[in-house]
Amino acid sequence: MKNPIEHLNKVFDNRLRLGIMSTLMVNAEINFNELKELMQATDGNLASHIKGLEESGYIKVQKGFIGRKTNTTYTATKAGEKAFKQHLQALEEMIKSSK
Amino acid sequence: MNNKNEHLDTLNDIKQLMEKSSRFISLSGLSGIAAGICGIVSAYIAHTIIGNYYNAYNGRGYWQLESFKALETKLFILGIATMLLAASLGIYFTWRKSKLNKVNIFNTSSKRLFVNICIPLAAGGIFVIGMLANNVWQFIGPACLIFYGLALINGSKYTLDEVRYLGFCEIILGGINLFYVGYGLYFWAIGFGILHIVYGIIMWNKYDRH
Repeated sequence: MKNPIEHLNKVFDNRLRLGIMSTLMVNAEINFNELKELMQATDGNLASHIKGLEESGYIKVQKGFIGRKTNTTYTATKAGEKAFKQHLQALEEMIKSSK
Repeated sequence: MNNKNEHLDTLNDIKQLMEKSSRFISLSGLSGIAAGICGIVSAYIAHTIIGNYYNAYNGRGYWQLESFKALETKLFILGIATMLLAASLGIYFTWRKSKLNKVNIFNTSSKRLFVNICIPLAAGGIFVIGMLANNVWQFIGPACLIFYGLALINGSKYTLDEVRYLGFCEIILGGINLFYVGYGLYFWAIGFGILHIVYGIIMWNKYDRH
């Protein structure tokens, strides 16, 4: 029997990161404040986890402007979507195997 | 075993976030209350206008086309004004809440919500105009309530779940109204006034009060 844990992705080993990826799977793009409202997270906490996901290459950051205000939006990359799906599958297998 | 529950929780979290993030959740309870107050005030004004018409009618003793036309026009203007005012106040309070949360009110989810509410509403609008053109007055109240309820139910998939129950209440009220056609104004006041206020208070309590 293979070990299901090997497919669990360390990057997603955090509620916020998992949450950010979940939202980006169903929304083409989302901005910082929308994420904040959804996750009920603090600025600093959210920013650091976004950074983590960005560094893994799972999300793409676009900096733009609405008028004079900055508007930073995020999208999931192909690699991110793939990694997230694998992670979900691994979770599923773990649940099944621990029945 | 514990591990399993933990993973199930995680999956649940993911599911909920995917659901929630595709909806417009900045809807304010105050919007409902404001719209409800508009509805009640408007129903009261309509009541007075109709009362005045019948007073004049009884004083005169015969039916007069001019005064009937004037009544029609007054009620029509009142209806449109109420709708515009209620919608603007509703949007204002939701805009205020989304500004507080620093979320753009014109995002994908709010547009989706708007479009899906407008579809049954537009169908209802055409239906009511058709009835007016055919001089069928009795069923305007019930039709407004029922189509509005359908619009809310259709829109509820893209916003807070509670909107769905408000929709059901409006439809039931409209259904009952069909069998008590003389009391349209009272059903209006309940459906567009009281139900909105009750809904607004519940929502404000649940989501907005910090």
